[in-house]
Amino acid sequence: MRFEDEPVPGYPLPILAGHTSPGRFERVLRAGGFAVTTELAPPDSADPEDVYRRARVFDGYVDAINATDGSGANCHMSSIAVCALLTRVGYAPIMQISCRDKNRIAIQGDILGGAAMGVCNMLCLTGDGVQAGDHPQAKPVFDLDCVSLLDIARTLRDDHHFQSGRKITFAPRVFFGAAENPSGLPHDWRALRLAKKVAAGAQFIQTQYCYDIPLLQGFMDQVEGLGLLGKVFVLVGVGPLRSAKTADWMRKNVPGMHVPDALITRLQGAKDQAREGREICIELIQAIREIRGVHGVHIMAYRQEESVAEIVDRSQILQGRSPWYPGRDEAPQASQRTA
Amino acid sequence: MHAVRLWSVRHARGLNAFYRGFEGALKRMHPLFKALGYERIERPVAAIERTVKGALFDCKMCGQCVLSSTGMSCPMNCPKTLRNGPCGGVRDNGHCEVKPEMRCVWVEAYRGSQRIPNGIEAMSKIQFAVDQRLQGRSSWLRVVRELNPESPAKAGPDAK
Repeated sequence: MRFEDEPVPGYPLPILAGHTSPGRFERVLRAGGFAVTTELAPPDSADPEDVYRRARVFDGYVDAINATDGSGANCHMSSIAVCALLTRVGYAPIMQISCRDKNRIAIQGDILGGAAMGVCNMLCLTGDGVQAGDHPQAKPVFDLDCVSLLDIARTLRDDHHFQSGRKITFAPRVFFGAAENPSGLPHDWRALRLAKKVAAGAQFIQTQYCYDIPLLQGFMDQVEGLGLLGKVFVLVGVGPLRSAKTADWMRKNVPGMHVPDALITRLQGAKDQAREGREICIELIQAIREIRGVHGVHIMAYRQEESVAEIVDRSQILQGRSPWYPGRDEAPQASQRTA
Repeated sequence: MHAVRLWSVRHARGLNAFYRGFEGALKRMHPLFKALGYERIERPVAAIERTVKGALFDCKMCGQCVLSSTGMSCPMNCPKTLRNGPCGGVRDNGHCEVKPEMRCVWVEAYRGSQRIPNGIEAMSKIQFAVDQRLQGRSSWLRVVRELNPESPAKAGPDAK
């Protein structure tokens, strides 16, 4: 998809009517496109090139890149810094905000700061407990939870004031999202929880890995039953399983992750398990796009990021679209562009 | 104690009904509380509240009690102090991702809410960010004060 008002990288697009952000990601979703997002694991390094190298792997295949915020409670480069680096060259990052490490003073400051640096999308999360990560001795903050965070974020944008009531002079123009886990307990309440997030301000949802299509379908039926279709864009989380052993380890050790036995058996029987994992991922994506109310996929391929291009390509979800990336338009129009 | 806390959730319906009655009684005591001075009785009342609710719910005295909206399962026992529902990491056996030996506060809350009339609706209501200044203060007195807005004293430690 190409916009005629394509700006110089790092400069925002104009905001279209009915949009809350100047970002490409919101544009693709509102234009009815099937969006593809992925996850960039921030480096354990202070070198910006480490960030750019990780982003380039996705060039031409994704509409937005999530920069995780200390995922799994492990210390890495901050999400806001990764996003700021990415916006400098024009990428569309999704800044993740976790409530684990910062109180409301720091978080509201980051929302303003991120937006000032051109970040158009922010994902409001509670975050993993510190016990899960490499600094279990750290103090968990959790001043807010994801719902109260969404409420505060939306207030900043729409009502132009901090939680304290103090006015801000220029509101952050941000598309806010949240996470959901359709396979999480209690199953019956997951859709209601989504409704709560939507009421609090979530405009898009990225889910945890979904390997169980009937379970996802059940969840989406509930979402539809609650009248949420059309009120929120749902991007379903998928990812290639590297091997039967990894899959089994993940479902036992990653809380809230559900992998059906049939998939494990199928992986065990394959000659090349990693290839079969990608094959399964492609089939899942094709099944997921048929579900009513699903607007895209969020491909999480930790430590196999290079497989995202193949998965997107072979599942044909972009339908010939080539999402913008730095340099995409340079070859044919080199004379017109300087950036 | 974890076992007592789980008992309270199993008896959410009765406890909720009892609390409704108790709240009514508290409301009627407003003139007395006012005469004694809310700030003067704050500490003894908070101490009673801490003892009773501590025993029944492992109450953490956040000062903004939402037990009626959480099926009598105190959300402040969640290691992430989630007040709007479970995180995505609930284990398959219904236990907490952070404390594997503990039942998820929200799996319990969902059970408790199903026992309370309109419990699920109450649970679906957005809980806004907590006021950390109310930590340790009596939620009972705050409720009565808020129900009597003509009261000159305002809720919160700002009140002079």
